[in-house]
Amino acid sequence: MNETARTALERNAKIIAAAAIVGLAMIPLALLFVWSFARHWYWPALLPREYSVRAWEYIGSPPAGVITALATSIFIALSVTALALVVALPAARALALHEFRGKRALLFLLLLPVLSPSLAALMGVHALFLRYGLTDSLLGVVLVHLIPTVPYSTLMLTGSFSNFDLDWEAQARTLGAAPVKVWRHVTLPAIAPGLAVAAVFAFVISWSQYLSTLFIGGGRINTLPLTLVAFQRGGDEAVTSALSLVFLAPTLVAFVVVARFLRDVG
Amino acid sequence: MGASARFRVALLLLPALVVIGGLFVGGLALALVQSLGYFPPAGENAFTLAHYRALLTEREFRASLQLTFALASVATIISVVLGLTLALCLRAMARYNRLLNVLLQVPLAVPHLAMAVALVNLIAPSGLIARVVYSVGLIAAPAEFPALISDRYGSGIIIAYVLKETPFIALMTLAVLVRLGDEYEQLARTLGASAWQRLRHVTLPLVAPAVISASLVVFAFVFGAFETPFILGRTYPAMLPVVAQRRFMSADLSERPDAVAIAVVMSLIVTILVWVYMRLARVLVGVERPTIF
Repeated sequence: MNETARTALERNAKIIAAAAIVGLAMIPLALLFVWSFARHWYWPALLPREYSVRAWEYIGSPPAGVITALATSIFIALSVTALALVVALPAARALALHEFRGKRALLFLLLLPVLSPSLAALMGVHALFLRYGLTDSLLGVVLVHLIPTVPYSTLMLTGSFSNFDLDWEAQARTLGAAPVKVWRHVTLPAIAPGLAVAAVFAFVISWSQYLSTLFIGGGRINTLPLTLVAFQRGGDEAVTSALSLVFLAPTLVAFVVVARFLRDVG
Repeated sequence: MGASARFRVALLLLPALVVIGGLFVGGLALALVQSLGYFPPAGENAFTLAHYRALLTEREFRASLQLTFALASVATIISVVLGLTLALCLRAMARYNRLLNVLLQVPLAVPHLAMAVALVNLIAPSGLIARVVYSVGLIAAPAEFPALISDRYGSGIIIAYVLKETPFIALMTLAVLVRLGDEYEQLARTLGASAWQRLRHVTLPLVAPAVISASLVVFAFVFGAFETPFILGRTYPAMLPVVAQRRFMSADLSERPDAVAIAVVMSLIVTILVWVYMRLARVLVGVERPTIF
């Protein structure tokens, strides 16, 4: 076999291998889509015999509780995103642009919630919130979602501040710009890509929380993942599949938006 | 740094310190206190190691600990091997096949809970795979299909994690490969290195720091995550997070300190493992600073 033929074969084999591994993960998602439109899908049919929009109509109807859960999820995730960024931005700035004692310890402290299991902290927070009446409340759930989101946002924003030069702000100030203008026209544009990515990640992390919402919300605060588990236990595959798609669609969109945004910004 | 500058930095850090210190560290501390015998709702208010001692002798805890270790290790090893292979395959084409690149990110974007729920339709005894196997005549009924959900080996759990974490490992590796280019490999080739020698002595050492960090993240995550074993695992023995959750939510409040003790042990184990793993990595591969740190 000559050299070109062999590289072509090698490349094809590689494409097939890669496509196989990647495709494998797509099958369960495609299956969700088909299931959500199946009226019946009895063993051993490879495809549903009859299709219907029953599952979609059901989860769109108020008694199913999905719409309320969707609204709750959106409200919580947006609040968490906003709060996490407000908390993370100044910390990231300090970490990236200033030297201070205990910086390494602080970085370690930020990595700890990212790496180690959150269960123990969640259980402690539950006791704390119980005392201050924050369990079974939206506020309590928003606060507990800050535990995973703040470290992630801070670490990401520290990265985008690391290329930032404090002299840019000083120059704008020398030229007479007010602090708000300096922030708006100098600081913000410089960190915008990192900020957008951090926002998306905070949203997705909060959106996907199950256990923390269950512990602190005590079953009173029903978000989409909690509703999904309830339906999954109920055993209606079509409804569960439709709900799964509603649950994962925003995270997919968020990832695509971030990918495009990063490419456009360079 | 002057006093006012120090004050400014402290002010910048304050909100994050309140959140991490108050909620995370404070939560951990309170958990520790609860597990050591201060839990008034169950009538406990004296220091005791009873909950930890009970765990040591308890059958369910030991079985769950073993299962958790085994599943986290197996899922991590398979994901690393597949992810590394995938990255090396994709590397040559990453530039001109954007579609595959996007597809690679899709599993990453899917929440673990959604992946676990979606997998049920695929690998259940009456799922799509069983139907395909039936249609080619290998089995005659759903009962003949090997149990992959709630089975003793945790197959479903491993499959779910491998599907989610393989792309993660691949992307972390690809980032390094693309950044470094292939100059080192070309150089090794000119010096007469075989394909295997190039892989073993050039490519793998180059990607090792990224792979080590990524596999650490995967192991720690699988060890402590709840959703996947909750949906796809069996109830006895279950993975540790599931056992801890069940006892924590139990109507019998006296089980709660045990649940907290399990969670504290989990945190300890992961922390120690991370430390040991980093030391080993430093000794064996010469990694000074893995990429995420």
